[in-house]
Amino acid sequence: MIRALGWVLRRDLLLAFRRRGDVANALVFFVIVVSLFPLGVGPEASQLRNMAPGVLWVAALLACMLSLARLFAPDHQDGTLEQMLLAGEPLVVLVMGKVISHWLVSGLPLVLIAPLLGLQFDLPGDALAVLCVSLLIGTPVLSLIGAVAAALTLGVRGSGVLVALLVLPLYVPVLIFGAGSVGATAAGTGAEAHLLLLGGFLALALVLAPWASAAALRIAME
Amino acid sequence: MIKSERFSWFHFSSPQTFYPLAGTLQPWFAAAATLLCAAGLYLSFFVAPTDAQQGEAYRIIFIHVPAAWMSMFLYLVMGFWSGVGLVLNTRLSSMVATALAPTGALFTFIALWTGALWGKPTWGTWWVWDARLTSELILLFLYIGFMALQAAIDDPRRADKAGAVLALVGVINVPIIYYSVQWWSTLHQGASVSMKSAPSMATTMLIGMLIMALGFWMYSIAAVLARVRCVILERERHTEWVMEEVGGQA
Amino acid sequence: MLEARQLECTRGERRLFRELSFRLGRGQLLRVAGANGSGKTSLLRIMCGLLTPSAGELRWRGRPIRAEREEYSRNLVFIGHLNALKDDLTALENLQVAAALAGMSAEAERMLAGLDRFGVAHCAELPAKVLSQGQRRRVALARLALSPAVPLWILDEPFSALDVGAVLELERLLTAHLASGGMVVLTTHQEVQVVAHAVLRVDLDAHTAALLAA
Repeated sequence: MIRALGWVLRRDLLLAFRRRGDVANALVFFVIVVSLFPLGVGPEASQLRNMAPGVLWVAALLACMLSLARLFAPDHQDGTLEQMLLAGEPLVVLVMGKVISHWLVSGLPLVLIAPLLGLQFDLPGDALAVLCVSLLIGTPVLSLIGAVAAALTLGVRGSGVLVALLVLPLYVPVLIFGAGSVGATAAGTGAEAHLLLLGGFLALALVLAPWASAAALRIAME
Repeated sequence: MIKSERFSWFHFSSPQTFYPLAGTLQPWFAAAATLLCAAGLYLSFFVAPTDAQQGEAYRIIFIHVPAAWMSMFLYLVMGFWSGVGLVLNTRLSSMVATALAPTGALFTFIALWTGALWGKPTWGTWWVWDARLTSELILLFLYIGFMALQAAIDDPRRADKAGAVLALVGVINVPIIYYSVQWWSTLHQGASVSMKSAPSMATTMLIGMLIMALGFWMYSIAAVLARVRCVILERERHTEWVMEEVGGQA
Repeated sequence: MLEARQLECTRGERRLFRELSFRLGRGQLLRVAGANGSGKTSLLRIMCGLLTPSAGELRWRGRPIRAEREEYSRNLVFIGHLNALKDDLTALENLQVAAALAGMSAEAERMLAGLDRFGVAHCAELPAKVLSQGQRRRVALARLALSPAVPLWILDEPFSALDVGAVLELERLLTAHLASGGMVVLTTHQEVQVVAHAVLRVDLDAHTAALLAA
């Protein structure tokens, strides 16, 4: 089982590496969206500082959501997803492999680049650190929940917008506590409670989401 | 399961047998709904005392709160029947879930609308980001997502099952979303601006809301029974009994 | 070994076939025939366990496949219309992933041997997207060369896009597999020269199953 997960992971990472452009696009999207906000609300420093946690988190959320289109759809189109369902390994394991690689390619870069963007919003150092940690814990949750929505909408017309519609309400708790943790740090109150809750969401998502995604994939492939 | 020589509950679990049952029951629920809602409205608008702080405008709460209750309750019921349809592979349960969604969405919409109507005279704005209204807004998105997913999938059985997975994921998330939004709201605004700062409940007010809630519940059952009949006719339109029912018109 | 009982398939609103029953034993070839749209691919997908029939059941060695889907999947190889190749992976890498997911060893030499049987060993280091249709089909079929131990081969139009040499090679492979006690299910529009202990033909147009002596 671990061997199969390893192969799926390796395969997806190799594919992402060979299509670096596609992957970079999501990252660029993140940067652009974040930069739009000061253009929209004005460059006044204290206002930007207040907005920063929310803006950064919403942009990360949207970037993650956009990258969901790469998770299952290409495999569905060329028939490799079908082969995964026939693999004789538990589908849950293979799905987990895909989600991990999706996060490594689409989520982790956001975590790494977020501090730079936070500086644009004049966030203090400790808030930047908490931003990174909150994104580190939160983006896997986004990938996991997103996988369920991506699986449900496989091959459905209008699936791009439909995925957004399905997934964004479910992202709300992660957003609230993710942005909340940074806001709390900037305001001086502690962020432990938020981060612990985010950790709780991650644990719950790890248990439930791969299973729901596998069920949704089987339903979609019927 | 209760099973006598003539009667078994499972008898009604096929669309063909449920259709006439729904037809018979529906008018009774509709009548009950009319009576209860009329009584509730009478209580709320004429009998309940005027509130010292909020004047007459607060009366909208008699519609707002029961509608909000129903919207959440119906989501759970929808999730339940969806889940039953997924696990037991029954068509009728899934059809009931599909029929529940628009009514649930309607109550969510009513809750939002009445919330705005309450907010305007009370706080001067058409919208407040308080915990309940925000949760209702997200619940509306969940309902719309469910309906959109089912509408986008052509194959009815796949639509049923996909909707079921979504509804079940939603059911787990609704409490999480609700408490997250609660927390968010108290943190940012404090308790000053809140639908919860309704006047402390006099007994008449509480009874009024309960009667309205009951009336809405009867209405929901009536509406869902009517809608599920339409869903059954559409889904089973190639079977003999439907063709006879509709008089052979394609 | 593979037994179908009263299979019925309804897609959307069309009933494709009903009350379809057959038995496939070792060394037997099942050929599914029927006009376009008669449900051949659906039947194959039911046999893979990807699609649930609206009625009836499928049994493998006496046990319903629904009960042990993973176990059943390990006993079959499915090659469908789509080649299941990733454009950005080389032929070799594609085959390695397929082998690994099937629980087999992914050693490069074994893969190359498989590719060689279908004459595409020279494509091993080329990404699939630069290969021609025929070459891609052959890379997809190379999996079969690696799977003699897998009892049930389910193939959807395996001969499409193949040239004469590849057709012969595939026929040879199928014959060898059947001779060693394997089973093959396939759909094809062409006449196939495969020697089998028995050739079963399911004609979906007529909903009949007839056993034809080889």
